[in-house]
Amino acid sequence: MTKANLIDALYEKVGLSKKESSQIVELIFELIRSSLEKGGKVKISGFGNFNVRSKKVRRGRNPQTGEEIKISARSVLTFKASPVLKKALNS
Amino acid sequence: MVKSELIQELSEKAHISPKIAEIAVNTVFDTMTQALIRGEGIEIRGFGSFKVREYKGRIGNHPRTGTIIEIPSKRRPFFKVGKELRERINKKSQETTEVK
Repeated sequence: MTKANLIDALYEKVGLSKKESSQIVELIFELIRSSLEKGGKVKISGFGNFNVRSKKVRRGRNPQTGEEIKISARSVLTFKASPVLKKALNS
Repeated sequence: MVKSELIQELSEKAHISPKIAEIAVNTVFDTMTQALIRGEGIEIRGFGSFKVREYKGRIGNHPRTGTIIEIPSKRRPFFKVGKELRERINKKSQETTEVK
């Protein structure tokens, strides 16, 4: 499934034009992205939570050469599925 | 940001009524949920992808009591962040590290 399917769903179920549907799908993901970029959490009840976590600098090893390297501090995005979604996948 | 705030922002930025914005947001996440239920992956360019992993049932030990228990098979959704979003999120932390 891609964005095209989500656009079709808005077009068919909400009765918006294709153009509006496309803009709305883009906007939904852009609003989520910019909120996460600001370091915030995004909670979509019934689906799951997106969370930005800061990782400290740590030592790693290049798996190919065995050479020790420094892994820089970074922010990563994690997703935790809602219990509602987990249940839906298993029923 | 919670779902209601997303709906409100969408309504303002897309110039649509809050009611339509709510239906749109719900339709998007419902459609995604339906795909995952079918076992289908989702790929949103510039955002990330969702996949369903299947876990087989197995016999395990109860960690506390040590009794043998049957762990049923299950399906779990997984998210992998897309390149653009990963870079956008990381950019801010890089900038703050450089300031120090």
